[in-house]
Amino acid sequence: MKRFVLAIAVPGLLLLAWWLGTRGLEYSLIPPPMDVATEMVDLAVGGINDDAFSNMLWTNLLASSSRVYGAFLLAACLALPLGMMIGRLSVARDLLDPMFQMLRPVPVTAWLPLSMIVFGLGPKSAFFLVALGAFYPILVNTIFGVRAVEPRLFEAAAMLGTKPAAMFPRVVLPAALPSIFTGLRLGLGFSWVVIVVGEMTGVPTGLGAMIMDARQLSRTEIIIDGMIVIGAAGYISDRLVMALGRRLLRWSPQHG
Amino acid sequence: MADIIRVERVAKRFGTFMALEGADLHISEGEFICLIGASGCGKSTLLRIIAGFETATDGHVFVGGREVSGPGPDRGMVFQDYGLFPWLSVRDNIGFGPAARGLKKPQVRETVDRFIDMVGLAKFADSYPHQLSGGMKQRVAIARVLANNARVVLMDEPFGALDAMTRERLQDELLEIWARTNLTVIFVTHAIEEAILLADRVVAMAPGPGRIVSQTQIQLERPRDVSSIAFNELRRTLSAQLHR
Repeated sequence: MKRFVLAIAVPGLLLLAWWLGTRGLEYSLIPPPMDVATEMVDLAVGGINDDAFSNMLWTNLLASSSRVYGAFLLAACLALPLGMMIGRLSVARDLLDPMFQMLRPVPVTAWLPLSMIVFGLGPKSAFFLVALGAFYPILVNTIFGVRAVEPRLFEAAAMLGTKPAAMFPRVVLPAALPSIFTGLRLGLGFSWVVIVVGEMTGVPTGLGAMIMDARQLSRTEIIIDGMIVIGAAGYISDRLVMALGRRLLRWSPQHG
Repeated sequence: MADIIRVERVAKRFGTFMALEGADLHISEGEFICLIGASGCGKSTLLRIIAGFETATDGHVFVGGREVSGPGPDRGMVFQDYGLFPWLSVRDNIGFGPAARGLKKPQVRETVDRFIDMVGLAKFADSYPHQLSGGMKQRVAIARVLANNARVVLMDEPFGALDAMTRERLQDELLEIWARTNLTVIFVTHAIEEAILLADRVVAMAPGPGRIVSQTQIQLERPRDVSSIAFNELRRTLSAQLHR
């Protein structure tokens, strides 16, 4: 209870400042909190403004979520095996690691024009950008995880009769799990960041598209609602991953 | 009694550093050996060569008549830092070896139950290593090599990181298990008292280059009294040999 009060104290104060700052102004570029709340209801269930945005929130949220999770899964399917190979096989490391190290600092947004040329203007391009954004955190943490296994554990497993071929599933993988998990969590979080950028050009649905449409019509309250929904969706998604992690990593003092 | 371990002219060089030179050591089945010496005397190196973690630069090691070419379940190792698998419960740590050797689940379970009782950790079967004290962790480490049917147990300063009370308890427990099981134990330590308390035979080593300097049979009857005159005489003798 005390923690809950502390957690909402600062946001509450900011909300108050927002309300005080926009109160009674006839023409405010920033809409007051009540307008934003009213619009949120209209976005969710309609019946207030009855415009192009009414009752469209769920369609947009579903479109964005499915892109986020789809692209995230694709990124995980590529980054996990690649990371394991780069981490444990020197051939893979020599072959791929320098390339990924050079590509990694390139911001996802810098890929946008190229991605539009390759994948066309639309959802495919957004999907690609999200997958790219999620790829590196998963890759880097997987490489780190499988490389940082304590040598003592290999000795312990060997003297207990573990065959060299069984070392990977029995020692490396479980030992790397906390790192891999951190990578997945960061990757999913970053997916929610990138999705908005990806949906801002030439995509008909999605929270990013909704924000861009609202910007063109100067519907700032919808922009703010979009931001709130993205924040909430990212937060819930992170909580789900954390809950999963607590189950899988009960043994780890940093997680369990 | 037949020699279960034969170490013949074993030498180990790391670059230009001679860690171990011309070590000869014959150990009978069921014998409790303590390797003792200052740091750099090659006692851990010798142990790791017998375990198969290091290869000798020269010489041969035979265990049970077969030349050692790598680590194996016949030689269980107990490390000072435990080396437990943090993601496995106490039960699964002890069952790791039997499972790795392909035993069926009910057999693994039965084996685990027996050894978990032997080291008195039945109540902690489902705990994870980070929830255990150092002494408990070392009990798990001992149980897992016993559960794996190791005939030889190699211990590398296993109680060095424990407090004095826990160390004494574990020394007693180890002797009790040893007396019951006809295990062969090679126990590395730098504490003279610990060596005399535990061993049938104390093998003293010295550095520069690492080598065996003496072997002393300890004839004292168990349980040994660390404050007895005979014990202290042995302590003086060994101490003199080590500081020569």
